[in-house]
Amino acid sequence: MSGIPHDDHYEPKTGFEKWLDARLPIAKLAYDTLMIPTPKNLNWMWIWGVVLTFTLVLQIATGIALAMHYVPSADGAFASVEHIMRNVNAGWALRYTHAVGASLFFFAVYLHIFRGLYYGSYKVPREVTWIIGMLIYVLMMATAFMGYVLPWGQMSFWGATVITGLFGAIPGIGEPLQTWLLGGPAVGDATVNRFFSLHYLLPFVILALVVVHIWAFHTTGNNNPTGVEVRRGSVDEAKRDTVPFWPYFVIKDLFALAVILVVFFAIVGFMPNYLGHPDNYVQADPLVTPTHIVPEWYFLPFYAILRAFTDDVWIVAIVDFVTAGIIDAKFFGVLAMFGSIVVLALVPWLDTSRVRSGRYRPMFKIAFWLFVLDFTVLTWAGAMPAEEPYPSIALIGTAYWFAYFLVILPLLGVFETPEDEPESIEAAFDSDHPVKAIDQTGPAATPAE
Amino acid sequence: MFRPIALAAAAALALAPLAAGAAGETGHVEDIDFSFEGMFGTYDKAQLQRGTQVYVEVCASCHGMKFVPFRSLTEPGGPEFTEEQVKELASTFTVWDPTLFDGEGDFRPASFNDNFPENNLAVPPAPDLSVMAKARAGFHGPYGTGLNQLFKGMGGPEYIYSMLIGFTGEDMEMAGSFFYENTAFPGGWISMAPQLFDDRVIYDDGTPATEEQMAEDVSAFLMWAAEPKMMQRKQMGITAMLFLSVFAVLLYLTNKRLWMPVKHREGDG
Repeated sequence: MSGIPHDDHYEPKTGFEKWLDARLPIAKLAYDTLMIPTPKNLNWMWIWGVVLTFTLVLQIATGIALAMHYVPSADGAFASVEHIMRNVNAGWALRYTHAVGASLFFFAVYLHIFRGLYYGSYKVPREVTWIIGMLIYVLMMATAFMGYVLPWGQMSFWGATVITGLFGAIPGIGEPLQTWLLGGPAVGDATVNRFFSLHYLLPFVILALVVVHIWAFHTTGNNNPTGVEVRRGSVDEAKRDTVPFWPYFVIKDLFALAVILVVFFAIVGFMPNYLGHPDNYVQADPLVTPTHIVPEWYFLPFYAILRAFTDDVWIVAIVDFVTAGIIDAKFFGVLAMFGSIVVLALVPWLDTSRVRSGRYRPMFKIAFWLFVLDFTVLTWAGAMPAEEPYPSIALIGTAYWFAYFLVILPLLGVFETPEDEPESIEAAFDSDHPVKAIDQTGPAATPAE
Repeated sequence: MFRPIALAAAAALALAPLAAGAAGETGHVEDIDFSFEGMFGTYDKAQLQRGTQVYVEVCASCHGMKFVPFRSLTEPGGPEFTEEQVKELASTFTVWDPTLFDGEGDFRPASFNDNFPENNLAVPPAPDLSVMAKARAGFHGPYGTGLNQLFKGMGGPEYIYSMLIGFTGEDMEMAGSFFYENTAFPGGWISMAPQLFDDRVIYDDGTPATEEQMAEDVSAFLMWAAEPKMMQRKQMGITAMLFLSVFAVLLYLTNKRLWMPVKHREGDG
């Protein structure tokens, strides 16, 4: 499957294998996928793909079991969750694993995305991998949002009201659109039913896109911390830059996964509700609005961007005036929020630098780490109440978000003087792991690391 | 190289409970060292039994607990009453049974397999207490960071305790309803009248029923009611962490051994 030349191909050996291979080369597919030549210098930031795949399977497995006991109705949802927590065998374990699993999923996906941003994994020829990844990310957000509505607590109900209200803010078609999404004039029975249906469906769409995502980067080959491509002149040359995915990276990724799961199960076991909102243990009540409606932590940066644009921000006032009130503050915030994800998705065409890895881009490094800081600040501002100084902080954070993608990345390619890239992956790897002086007299020295 | 990003992400994760803590102005919440705090903490059976008594004799006159089955009072890790005791307790409650009276429904004494009844007769309406100890876990600080919850184990039971003993004795009438000043309740005025005073109940086990004792016992009981499987959960956490740690060490050694020839070439260029 990979475009990297290699000579380790699947050969059917037994009679059965030959019989099957002539009819359905599934063993060949599995073999080639696992044995793909992988740059040998991948660092620990390349583990998140396997972590994410594991988490997706974990969420689907626990989710299917939960769905066997869950009742998707306004009257029955909250009670059925309590039924799962009390009466279903290990139901509490399934539910807490599933709930904390959503946080693990986003934690991993953010690190995965930031890794891609730093090492320029989105650049030619991996734009399609990036775009598919962004689609997966958007679907993850939709799935997580609808999943949070299902327990039918206060935050479920009011979160659904606020988020579908974003579509209601679209001029003209907004209100009918929101009604269509909710299946009625307000969040209710129809809403929880369709959200359950979609929450069950979308993970399988994500699974399919994950296959396409993997297919895409197995075609181009992995990026790596140097951003220098694997040499493809000959099999021998390629071999010096790569090792097969199995067993080298499978074992490495499994080790990382085990460490991450130790932390994960500490959270599930000892503080499973820490990442959630206590108000969601109060059954949904359309007559009582919570003091602060806050989304889950992984949506907070975008929630901050949404709320950053109030009437008194001058750019909002101008746009409001110019469009004769069609784009008001609310709709402006919605556009900014969706726009912040759009610019992220378009980064392959916004970054003009020919150098792929941030490692060799001194100015980019500063801008990148400011962007990471910006993400953190927006997360914090999104959790804070909508009163000064938080909207102003969110506004500054939002400004940097858009400046990073629309101004800094396009201009850096022109103004920045990149450092020299290593001539090959092998050269970079060898300088990280210098050859030991061979001891001719004694036994082979045992390296310390 | 990439460690700062992991730190930033960890920081973002640590900020998450800000979302939880942002719930309005917080009253004063006392920190209690409950027996069920920490990795190895367990419910105190005697305390849960006393708490059950306070719930049944005091709280249940206005509040319901409709998600908690009576039979769970016998389950291991909880108050662990005997089946006989629970049957007797259940029979003192009445539940609505829609199958009685030719399908029109009627009240009957609760049985072992029923849930605690909901209580919708109280004026003003009293919230259901099944998961109250988890629903009130947000009132912790400092400054809504949730750090007290993380390090001191403060949460819903602490809030319930503080609210129960937080009455100042002041009350006021507004629009025909009475409100009572309370130092723990957000906003300072609660529609529930003070309920606990010394010797409000007479404990079966002879423990002196001080106001604080009853408040602590019933808070522990409500935590159990909200999270009856907490012991199993912690046990799973410990087992999973131990198993995965051993597994991680083995994988680490395998990985190191595997990469050795790749990283430490013997000078063949």
